[in-house]
Amino acid sequence: MAERAEVVFVDGVRTPFGRAGEKGMYWNTRADDLVVKAIIGLMERNAGVPPERIDDVAIAATTQTGDQGLTLGRTAALLAGLPKSVPGFAIDRMCAGAMTAVTMMGSSIGFGAYDLAIAGGVEHMGRHPMGFGADPNPRFLSERLVSEDALNMGATAERIHDRFPSYTKERSDRFALRSQQKVAAAYEAGNIQPDLIPVATRSESGWGLATRDEAPRPETTLEGLAGLRTPFRSHGRVTAGNASGLNDGASACLLASGTTAMELGLGVKMTMTSFAFAGVEPEVMGLGPVPSTEKALRKAGLSITDIGLFELNEAFAVQVISFLDHFGIDDEDPRVNEYGGAIALGHPLASSGVRLMNQLAHQFESHPEVRYGLTAMCVGLGQGGSVIWENPHFNKKAAKR
Amino acid sequence: MTDYSSLDFSSLVAISADEVVTHSFVRDVPLSGGRTLALVTLDNGRDHTRPNTLGPVTLLEFAATMDELTARAGRGEIHGVAVTGKPFILAAGADLSKVAEIPSLEAGQLLSQLGHHALGKLDTLGVPSFVFINGLALGGGLEIGLNAGYRTVDAAVPAIALPEVFLGLIPGWGGSYLLPNLIGIENALKVIIENPLKNNRTLTGADALALGIADVMFTSARFLEDSIDWADGVIAGTTKAARPNVPGKIERLVKWDVAVGIARKMLVNRIGEVAKSPYVALDLLQAAKGGTRAEGFEREDVALAGLIAGDQLQASIYAFNLVQKRAKRPAGAPDKKLARPITKVGVIGAGLMASQFALLFVRRLRVPVVITDLDQARVDKGVAYIHGEIAALETKSRISADEANRLRALVTGTTDKSLFSDADWVIEAVFEELGVKQSVFAEIEKFISPEAILATNTSSLSVEQIGSKLTHPERLVGFHFFNPVAVMPLIEVVNTPQTDQVTLATAMVIAGKLRKNAVITRDTPGFVVNRVLAKLLGEAMHAVDTGTPFEVVEAAVAPFGLPMTPFELLELVGLTVGAHVLDTHHAAFPDRFFESDNLHKLADHGKILERDGKGRRTGFDKGALKIVAGGSTPMTAEQILQRVEDGLVDETKRMLDDDVVHAAEDIDLCMILGAGWPFQMGGITPYLDRVGASERVFGGTFHTPPIRGIGAAVPAATAQH
Repeated sequence: MAERAEVVFVDGVRTPFGRAGEKGMYWNTRADDLVVKAIIGLMERNAGVPPERIDDVAIAATTQTGDQGLTLGRTAALLAGLPKSVPGFAIDRMCAGAMTAVTMMGSSIGFGAYDLAIAGGVEHMGRHPMGFGADPNPRFLSERLVSEDALNMGATAERIHDRFPSYTKERSDRFALRSQQKVAAAYEAGNIQPDLIPVATRSESGWGLATRDEAPRPETTLEGLAGLRTPFRSHGRVTAGNASGLNDGASACLLASGTTAMELGLGVKMTMTSFAFAGVEPEVMGLGPVPSTEKALRKAGLSITDIGLFELNEAFAVQVISFLDHFGIDDEDPRVNEYGGAIALGHPLASSGVRLMNQLAHQFESHPEVRYGLTAMCVGLGQGGSVIWENPHFNKKAAKR
Repeated sequence: MTDYSSLDFSSLVAISADEVVTHSFVRDVPLSGGRTLALVTLDNGRDHTRPNTLGPVTLLEFAATMDELTARAGRGEIHGVAVTGKPFILAAGADLSKVAEIPSLEAGQLLSQLGHHALGKLDTLGVPSFVFINGLALGGGLEIGLNAGYRTVDAAVPAIALPEVFLGLIPGWGGSYLLPNLIGIENALKVIIENPLKNNRTLTGADALALGIADVMFTSARFLEDSIDWADGVIAGTTKAARPNVPGKIERLVKWDVAVGIARKMLVNRIGEVAKSPYVALDLLQAAKGGTRAEGFEREDVALAGLIAGDQLQASIYAFNLVQKRAKRPAGAPDKKLARPITKVGVIGAGLMASQFALLFVRRLRVPVVITDLDQARVDKGVAYIHGEIAALETKSRISADEANRLRALVTGTTDKSLFSDADWVIEAVFEELGVKQSVFAEIEKFISPEAILATNTSSLSVEQIGSKLTHPERLVGFHFFNPVAVMPLIEVVNTPQTDQVTLATAMVIAGKLRKNAVITRDTPGFVVNRVLAKLLGEAMHAVDTGTPFEVVEAAVAPFGLPMTPFELLELVGLTVGAHVLDTHHAAFPDRFFESDNLHKLADHGKILERDGKGRRTGFDKGALKIVAGGSTPMTAEQILQRVEDGLVDETKRMLDDDVVHAAEDIDLCMILGAGWPFQMGGITPYLDRVGASERVFGGTFHTPPIRGIGAAVPAATAQH
């Protein structure tokens, strides 16, 4: 029998996130190169890790064709210069791709099969627009398995507004504005930059270097947000301002068993406590994190009040509000998305999960009073994913103060 | 010193209307501590198949960009400047397409001065300068880097070199001065002189790092990011570039002149003293021992102008274009689509030549190769030889163990000709005698399919006659290799009146797959290379036979600058073979080609040259001298040179009139690739034109206008006054 092990998050990095499309900074950068650069950056930062000891490389992408195809985890490992003896594979759970890569690799370590693993994700939405080339089975609609709205993420967000009339457009806009402000403050304080791996970018007018996210709009105002179009419905509530955008980016993290981390002298940023995925009606997919979090809490024997920090992916403001509302947390609770979220930073689908973890890990360091934190996100076609993490810097004395 | 900023470069711009301009794009990159790096990207807007080149418009744009950046540095806006290239390419050097159009000596000098003017600005920015060598960096491309303060290199760069000497030039944009002062005299001699003359050998990223050309190397996946990070460290003062190879006082005082002296001796031994540019480069390297950068640049200006004015550079560029372009699109080649796929090769014969063919075919085509001979013992010996060569390649790590197994399994030997029945390509390498070749082909035809293609490696027999006993002579083609088979890049593909287009197309495609350059010739005696060599060697032996000492003959043809003297060449091909070549040409053209009884006697004797234990020649063999003694009408060197030159003109002209090949260019290509005749001669015809031999013999020139430097026009113009 393999020996059960503690699962630790050693380190995580990501590329700066770009805006998708021809004007975006990664238009001329391949998707696989983004994740390869993230992996190399990760390995350089953790020079004490013998690369041949990596047991697996799980890389997620939603649209696994072209430069996001060909068993990304394996190709990325080879391109990143990891030894040929290191295996790898590709993984897909849409927006929760990287999160699923982390839970899969975490499970493998927890089961005792692996000692060290790399998990991450990439999405180049400029080169691979969401749903491009998809061929949904006609039965979804003919048998009314899902509503027509289920395949359009903006429409699912409008459906949440329908279901909960108290979540107004103004409330969503206000949440979005705070996300922009918190990102600007986090950049100012240097809380985002440490986990960014710069990427050389090519344009018609020469090479440049991406060192910051391209999407944030610190100049955002409530008035400006109020005036934006509602592209998913006329007189709707969901706008480009209170939703995450279309982005390019990649992330990668290093997971280890507790004993391996100790053996190699690796730092421990977080310890995995539990995780869960759960399904909801696809047409209100944004509600997914509620049941997945309840499940993860139950497995951990914890309650929501035990969670001291929340990193919630902001696919749509309304969808985060629904989560907070369900658990009785105020929209402006300081424990939630301290550095802001996807509305400002962007959401390159399958890469975002590790971004949440990077930010939670960074917050853990400065919050020794917090014992548990949550990373959670909604997933297209009606799913939620949640991972509960324990803070290795937790200090009982700090908690009492 | 030259004030480059005061020079007027407009005459160069005037001849550059069609230049593919490599632009200098600038983008600012944030560094640590709030500092900024101006990152310059050289990009001509084309893909990697059209590398960045540095023409006059490009250089002037680069210079203007550097001026702007100097101003910004002065204002404290930027703290460093880095230059890099488009993907896979930094720059492939000067745009040589214009060198043939340089209108005057002054313009030639300006070309060098413009490079110094533009690239030199990297040294006067007021902030540290870097070149990130991200890809191909040749000639002027590498000199961009040498002019900068620091260099990083991508581990995946395929080629870094200063190939100027190979082309009859010298590194004239700073390289001849800057390189030895960066990496030491011995390393610089290797890069600037030795490598270009070793078939234009280039450096890898790792080589550049080891030599000290690059300060640091990064893997390609994050090359630019890591380079910027490294530059950040240098600018911040936290990173220092180690420069272990920068020459110190002792190297300058003691080693420098000695190293140059040794190199000069080796050069004289290897290539003689005809080719100018290696010696000009040598002088520049020697002078780089002392003095200032500006003085070094000025010496380069003068040296480059001199070479541009001369004949050798133009001939070299002509030759380079032949090898780069014409060799890749052979004249008269049928549509490749006509070629038949080759899935199995048969080799008739199991001797040394046949075994070398089998090895080459199996390595390059990776299809079954079956060899045959008169008896099993010969076959076994041939297969054993091939297996031994495969094992040697494996030992040298040239091929993997799996590849070696694959190749060994593909090679078989048999005396059962029926095993040739499914071969699509059968080549013979049996004794050079018409009857023998006719009968082996006639016999094999009984076993092979009617479509299988037959190839003969004859060097002196008529291919058509060899095929005269075949039921299907249309499938026979001449396929003439040069020795050593694995090394020499030429194959003469001989097209007989019977050869059909499918056969010819297949031969051309096969030659390409063997990584050889093929030239199509008519089925005439000696084809091209041997006919030219037979003329030269026949004249040389005739001079000896009439009583001219060997040394006088060698001195007579020294002005050609050939890689070997006639007698060295005879020994290389084998005296018996040499005598046979002379005999067959004499038989074919008795009034123009000499046969030589003495050569037969020398062949029986075994040698002409006297050599020491290491094989270096020390003089002429005493026995050989005895054999050739007795001639009573010796010639002078001048007489011999004129006879040889005129004879070569006559023979070359006849070959063209007789359409052996379609153009003088093809004869030149054959001589360069098949006999190693030097670029500075342009093969053969540019040389014959420029020494006036063509004019003497047929009152014209092979090329109109003749391939000459602008310097050549000066005396003629002066003469009119």
